[in-house]
Amino acid sequence: MANPVTEFWRRYRRNGAAVVGLAILCVVVAMALSAPVFFPTNPLRLVGPAELWPLTDARFPLGTDSLGRDIAAQLAHGAGTTLIIGLVASLVATTIGVGIGAAAGYYGGLVDDVLMRFTEIFQTIPNLIFLLALVAVLGPKIEHVVIGIGLISWTSVARLVRAEFMTLREREFVLASRAMGMSDLRIIVTQILPNAIPPVIVLASLIVAGAVLFESALAFLGLSDPNIASWGGLIGEGRLLIRTSWYVCALPGLAILLTVLALNLIGDGLNDVLNPMLKNR
Amino acid sequence: MSPLLQVCDLTTHLFTVEGVVKAVEGLSFDLDADETLALVGESGCGKSMTALSLMGLVPDPPGRIVGGQVLLGDRDLLQLSEHEMQKIRGNEIAMVFQEPMTSLNPVFTVGDQIVESVLTHRQVSRRQARERAVELLDLVRIPDPRGRFDDYPHRLSGGMRQRVMIAMALACDPDVLIADEPTTALDVTIQAQVLDLLGELQGEFGMGVILITHDLGVVAGIADRVVVMYAGRKVEEAPVDDIFASPLHPYTQGLLGSMPRPGLEERLREIPGVIPSLIDMTPGCSFAPRCAKAMARCREEQPDHATIGDARVVACFAAEEEVAGRGLAVDT
Amino acid sequence: MALLSIRDLMAHFETPRGTVYAVDGVNLDIGSGETVGLVGESGCGKSTLGKAILRLIEPNFGSIVLDSVDITHLKRRQLARHRHKVQMIFQDPYASLNPRATVGRIIEEPLMVNGWGSDRERKERVAWLLEKVGLPTDSLKRHPHEYSGGQRQRIGIARAIALNPKIVICDEAVSALDVSIRAQIINLLTDLRDELGLSYLFISHDLSVVEHIADRVCVMYLGKIVEIAERERLWAMPLHPYTQILMAAVPVLDPKIARERKKIIPRDELPSPLNPPGGCRFHTRCPYAQPKCRDEEPPLRPLQGRQSVACHLVTEQADGSIAYPTMAAEAAPKNDVRGAPA
Ligand SMILES: Nc1ncnc2c1ncn2[C@@H]1O[C@H](COP(=O)(O)OP(=O)(O)OP(=O)(O)O)[C@@H](O)[C@H]1O
Ligand SMILES: Nc1ncnc2c1ncn2[C@@H]1O[C@H](COP(=O)(O)OP(=O)(O)OP(=O)(O)O)[C@@H](O)[C@H]1O
Ligand code: SF4
Ligand SMILES: [Mg+2]
Ligand SMILES: [Mg+2]
Repeated sequence: MANPVTEFWRRYRRNGAAVVGLAILCVVVAMALSAPVFFPTNPLRLVGPAELWPLTDARFPLGTDSLGRDIAAQLAHGAGTTLIIGLVASLVATTIGVGIGAAAGYYGGLVDDVLMRFTEIFQTIPNLIFLLALVAVLGPKIEHVVIGIGLISWTSVARLVRAEFMTLREREFVLASRAMGMSDLRIIVTQILPNAIPPVIVLASLIVAGAVLFESALAFLGLSDPNIASWGGLIGEGRLLIRTSWYVCALPGLAILLTVLALNLIGDGLNDVLNPMLKNR
Repeated sequence: MSPLLQVCDLTTHLFTVEGVVKAVEGLSFDLDADETLALVGESGCGKSMTALSLMGLVPDPPGRIVGGQVLLGDRDLLQLSEHEMQKIRGNEIAMVFQEPMTSLNPVFTVGDQIVESVLTHRQVSRRQARERAVELLDLVRIPDPRGRFDDYPHRLSGGMRQRVMIAMALACDPDVLIADEPTTALDVTIQAQVLDLLGELQGEFGMGVILITHDLGVVAGIADRVVVMYAGRKVEEAPVDDIFASPLHPYTQGLLGSMPRPGLEERLREIPGVIPSLIDMTPGCSFAPRCAKAMARCREEQPDHATIGDARVVACFAAEEEVAGRGLAVDT
Repeated sequence: MALLSIRDLMAHFETPRGTVYAVDGVNLDIGSGETVGLVGESGCGKSTLGKAILRLIEPNFGSIVLDSVDITHLKRRQLARHRHKVQMIFQDPYASLNPRATVGRIIEEPLMVNGWGSDRERKERVAWLLEKVGLPTDSLKRHPHEYSGGQRQRIGIARAIALNPKIVICDEAVSALDVSIRAQIINLLTDLRDELGLSYLFISHDLSVVEHIADRVCVMYLGKIVEIAERERLWAMPLHPYTQILMAAVPVLDPKIARERKKIIPRDELPSPLNPPGGCRFHTRCPYAQPKCRDEEPPLRPLQGRQSVACHLVTEQADGSIAYPTMAAEAAPKNDVRGAPA
């Protein structure tokens, strides 16, 4: 078999939409990485007249917001924030979900019952309300936002991992591992988990997209961290001027739309690549 | 009398990302009415692909029949349209699949499934179809057929399900019955029962039966003639007694030698090496890399099918020489 | 003292539909260097018995004495010290190897888990094992999917013998293999047995393979052993009606014999182990069943010549011969002269 990376790319390439998604994501990442070069000063500084429309002033190609801050700078810096919020929240969700799902699926019985009831409770709580309550209580800081999003997103991972573990634990190589005296933890981590991971990766990429949306929803309601430039923050900022200077909301909104779309397309692509591999492994 | 079914040079390829899988290569055989022909070979040698080709059910993509003829009477099945084939499938040619667990639909009762297969091809009332279904269940020796009619497949054991599959296949008195490893998933005692049943029904209906199996042991009791396949090709064909008494092809000899036999204490004779991939086939005889009798010629040239006597065919240079040495007529 | 000695072993499963009596009171001894075959229909509890011996399934009752140590109730830690003495080879060469691990890793894993040797010693042992089972030395870095079924089974065998076990449970170890490959693996197993002095519990539904490899054979039916005998003896004179039926169903490689031989067809199919029939469990299918068979369970009784049978109709006569039911004389059980002492 060919090198796994080239093999991966060969299969991924077959899904055209997924390649477009990856390209959009690359642009967003490039934006985030180059922000300090093109906009070396703090993007939250007041630099010009307020509510300057895009394409009217060469210094501010995308205009300024209600306080006279450069929207282009905020978008560029916000790209990094948004991506990090998405990634870290997805990481938190995946970690919790894998832990709980693995234990429930591997041990079954009472452990499974208890953990799944717990998961169901979390599932029935309305996500946004839980998030709002959490951030309202703990304060609108970026860490709280990330943890909150992680806490509302892990249940789907847990259910997926549980199902994967339940089928994999019946496989004979797991039995063989037990026969040689391997500990449960070691079986879970070194034997079953690597086999259960591909579908989790697909789901994790979708959770990143979900997290980006949650963050902007929070920000729209004015509950994002005011001290860090983010796309959501900009939307929250523009919310009050939506009738007059709608571009303040529309520009970061478009960025979010494209990023979420890209992440979903990438998730589809990963699914195409990883799942057939699962079938003929 | 011309044979019931004539397969000439059937060639089926699968066009996959990894390459072209030559699942069936130039396969020819005849099937007479009232005869059981066994198609024997190891896994992946193209047995199921042959069956699906005859049924016109090759999965496309990736598969395609790229050549040959399948003559049923005077029609070439490979030239028929899908619509015409539908009329033939289940009616003139029927098939029983390997997996009794997955080939029945779990949401319908077994009776309804048999009724359905009767109604597909026969203009009869539902009531008559029902009667016929009960008759068929009885025919395949299902105890209490009326009671079993309303059972769901999961209520039946593997052997019973396979009998239901056979009942469905027999619903319209087919001329040809293809049974693809009908007993592989069953226990020995049940296997013996199902094979007996197939043998009896074959006699009763006067069908031609193609029995596909990887187990030469199964063949001895039930087949009239045997076709041995290796890597997509026919390597030997002979009446069943001859195959067991004097196998000609080194592969057939190897297969028989590697089966444990009562009273033999010694190590089993093994065929070295592994079954070849059907993608990158070497030029010569595909068995050459594993064959003890292989000569230089075997690695370069594909041996033709040589007819020996009036009923045997073998594709092997060494076997041809041996037979010629014994003064028998070889006709290539 | 036998190497492995199982007494009254029971392993039941609680399911929503009721209790499955998968293994229901099994006695079995396996001596050092001995190969015991275990045959019986699908679902009769062969795998469950094998797994219970390794304590992969916790037995409900009975005892397992391995090498003079009662391992039935050992705690995990203590059990770990005895685990290496029994290992298992599985049926499915595809499902029994972790698809994400390299072959080297798969074979080294048992050594690592049991803290065997230094890193270098382990690598050397893995190389030695690869050679023993006839795999190319460049296999270490490859993945199982790059191998064919027979080669994968070799990997599974290398893993099983890595820890120098005394007894290996082969659960349908060759059933999934093609005929031409099966012979290779059977030969490998017998070679390893002779060279390493292994004992096997060889589970299979294929009687011809069992006949080739086993010294002694147990026949199991619905969770119980119905007959145990030395191989030659069992094949010469199967006593239990179920054994006779099994033997009669074995395909033979001679068309003339195959067409002519009389098959004994059992009356029905295997009943569910959820509620096994009372009395003799075989009475629902037995062509010779008597009223007594329905009411009273026949115990597994030892006869002379290391043969034990659980059937009411098999009896030792006063003169030492054995009377047993056969098709040959349907009306009356026949006296067998071969059973008489010389
Ligand atoms: N859908 C498919 N895509 C790609 N290759 C296939 C497909 N189906 C079958 N093959 C390949 O075609 C060849 C012939 O397959 P076929 O199913 O006819 O074998 P078989 O003789 O019936 O084997 P078995 O005894 O395992 O049923 C095999 O090498 C197989 O790998
Ligand atoms: N984990 C389980 N839970 C419930 N029932 C089980 C479980 N494992 C096995 N059984 C049941 O126990 C019985 C014995 O199963 P076992 O796997 O030991 O049979 P076997 O003799 O090995 O059969 P085969 O030849 O099909 O492998 C069967 O009826 C099976 O359905
Ligand atoms: S005890 Fe009775 S039912 Fe059981 S095997 Fe013997 S004769 Fe048959
Ligand atoms: Mg097949
Ligand atoms: Mg089993």
